Amino acid sequence: MDSFNAIVQVLDSTIRLSVPLLLACLAGLYSERAGIFDIGLEGKMLVGAFAGAAAASVFHSAFIGLGTAVLISVAFAMVHGFASITHRGNQIVSGVAINFVAAGSTIILGQAWFEQGGRTPALQPGERFEAIVWPGAEAVRNVPILGPVYAELISGHSILVYFAFAMVPFTWWVLFRTRFGLRMRAVGENPAAVDTAGISVAWLRYRALICTGILTGVAGAYLSMVQNGGFVKDMTAGKGYIALAALIFAKWKPVNAMFACLLFGFLDAASIRLQGSPLPILGKVPVQFMQALPYVLTVILLAGFIGKAIPPRAGGVPYVKER
Amino acid sequence: MAQAAIELIGINKSFGAVRANRDINLEVTRGTIHGIVGENGAGKSTLMSILYGFYQADSGEIRVAGKPVSINTPNDAIALGIGMVHQHFMLVDNFTVLENVILGAETDALLKSSIAKARSELERLEREYGLEVDPDAIIEELPVGLQQRVEILKALYRGAEILILDEPTGVLTPAEADHLFRILKQLKEQGKTVVLITHKLREIMAVTDTVSVMRQGTMVATRVTRETTVGELAELMVGRRVLLRVEKGQSETGAIKLSVKNLTVKDSRGVTMVDDVSFDVRGGEIVGIAGVAGNGQSELLEAISGIRHAVSGEVMLEGKPIELTGKADPGELRDRGLAHVPEDRHHVGLVLAFEENENSILGYHDDERYLKGPFLNVDAIMADAKDKIEKYDIRPANPRLKTANFSGGNQQKIVLAREMEQDPGVLIVGQPTRGVDVGAIEFIHKRLIAMRDQGKAVLVVSVELDEIRSLSDRILVMFAGRIVGERGPEATEGELGLLMAGVEHQEAAE
Repeated sequence: MDSFNAIVQVLDSTIRLSVPLLLACLAGLYSERAGIFDIGLEGKMLVGAFAGAAAASVFHSAFIGLGTAVLISVAFAMVHGFASITHRGNQIVSGVAINFVAAGSTIILGQAWFEQGGRTPALQPGERFEAIVWPGAEAVRNVPILGPVYAELISGHSILVYFAFAMVPFTWWVLFRTRFGLRMRAVGENPAAVDTAGISVAWLRYRALICTGILTGVAGAYLSMVQNGGFVKDMTAGKGYIALAALIFAKWKPVNAMFACLLFGFLDAASIRLQGSPLPILGKVPVQFMQALPYVLTVILLAGFIGKAIPPRAGGVPYVKER
Repeated sequence: MAQAAIELIGINKSFGAVRANRDINLEVTRGTIHGIVGENGAGKSTLMSILYGFYQADSGEIRVAGKPVSINTPNDAIALGIGMVHQHFMLVDNFTVLENVILGAETDALLKSSIAKARSELERLEREYGLEVDPDAIIEELPVGLQQRVEILKALYRGAEILILDEPTGVLTPAEADHLFRILKQLKEQGKTVVLITHKLREIMAVTDTVSVMRQGTMVATRVTRETTVGELAELMVGRRVLLRVEKGQSETGAIKLSVKNLTVKDSRGVTMVDDVSFDVRGGEIVGIAGVAGNGQSELLEAISGIRHAVSGEVMLEGKPIELTGKADPGELRDRGLAHVPEDRHHVGLVLAFEENENSILGYHDDERYLKGPFLNVDAIMADAKDKIEKYDIRPANPRLKTANFSGGNQQKIVLAREMEQDPGVLIVGQPTRGVDVGAIEFIHKRLIAMRDQGKAVLVVSVELDEIRSLSDRILVMFAGRIVGERGPEATEGELGLLMAGVEHQEAAE
């Protein structure tokens, strides 16, 4: 029973750790499906995290925090769009620039406004998103097997967790069942086909980037207002890049993206859980090894186990009207 | 008098200093097929892009069905019933036919009703025009001819009354092209207006009612097709009389320079593409390989030039065998005097992002002439490029220009100049004049014959039967991977056509 509880706990933290990855991964899916590489997911999450925590702390409202996070993240996405769509700049350079600006500006503004070494003040109850306990969760907790699963895995998460998982079928529906999705996929494959069909390539791509900005904003808000009780510098810690790896893994498909992110979340959760405890056969392994495991696995899986991942064909290429 | 579907009055368009269209007047009668011919760069595509709203004219007036209109975007053109089939298809390759058809013409924000409507509409179009295509097929899995049909369906689905086709047969096999022409005639019978842009005069003669000729941005003449001839049109296009059939003397054949014995080649799927093929090419002769595209000619060329591995057989170059399986090395073959002008100059023959001078030595860049110690000798390369530009009349005469900015004909000349100027013993050429305009065709043919007269062995593969008949001293016909016949240059088109269609071959097999 103890080991079962341990598994449930690992799975529970898997879900919590997957959420920011999943949100960022879906964010990347929107922009890359539209043909815009977005290496700036990391930076947009970071500004979202900072803006969310700062606004929540100042206005004493979690929802104002979330709204601010989304707003600022979308603004950064628009900067990326302005550089890479309107001015046909290099998308990688623009994305990297956004990451640097995000990393620097959050620390400077945090220090200037709150004077806590780049942190935002610790969020008080009401300024954070609290866990939602589902009806009957406490009552069934002691039912064997199903009880802990319901109480730990399904119930007891913040609204942003449910939002993230709801975005998976929603994104699938948008991509494959709506006009916007059809056009967005088309513009990522062959923007000339979209242009000659009389649709604006630029406006479509901007709209895809708005979706990206919204999702990275929520991802940032989750980091600073759910997982943590405030903003800490560089708190995204490479999650934006892992999300990109997950996106390639997932072959740019929403449901695959969820499983890829859950896998990375699980590795993360397992590495925390197993820290210091000896493994069978291997014995005691250094904690650094466990922490490196998700990245090692990424390389191995990408190198050979997932088959060919074909990106959207127009990805990374600014659209220039041909004669 | 039938009504005009489109009238263009005094259209002018410049790109920087280049005047692509000068004072163009054009009237297209409703319910006809109107051809527009001209050399590459004559301004045909620019004019049609103006009509389709891709560009705006600097001055001039467009009238559709008698009413002056302004067409600022493709949307305006579509709303006026103008549809365009682009030279490079504007299709999303991994979408289904249905998805491509509805893209941009969806009925509402959700796809369900659009798809249902498109499905029934495609059925109707299929009945009316014989445009069959599986609506659920993925574009990239369809042959080129069907992809083009999807482009036509796209235009018709949007209610096009006027259909513009830009070089529609460039990518088609002769059989596919014939099918396309039947479709166009059917469209005409249903009252649609078709504008056909091409540089192939035979197509103009075969399918159009009227034809307009463009030259260097101006509209030089409009003729009723029945009342004109290929010779007259060709003359109008280039402004001087061209020899459609290049004159050549008797060939003086020498020793066997290239010998192919029992060569068998499979493609990546394991399908036998070249099946036990044997032939010789002697110095001083041009051997032409005729055949409908896809009958193994491409694979044969690739195997001989060391790009593709052969399964079995033997190829002798100047009496010595060449490596066919495993370690074939095109560079070594080049050193041994085998020059190769590939069929697909964009992917195999040139690096389009390079400057002209770089492409003009590509593959020969290790040659001492172009080196100064371990470095490239830029002065020598430039001088060499300028020399080739002058000799081959490559335009614009700027060795620093990016190769992508040259027209198709001039790109082909760059490849030909590079390969021919190495003074190879054996020259193999795939599709020497694909996408090349009339003036350049004549030039290229003359150069090939000059090579022959110098005693080189020349092997030409072309899907243009005219070209094969005009150039070759001997004609080999390929069908289904085999050489099914050999004829002299006096063979009639009908005779070769039957061989190419495999008729005689099948009879012999029975």
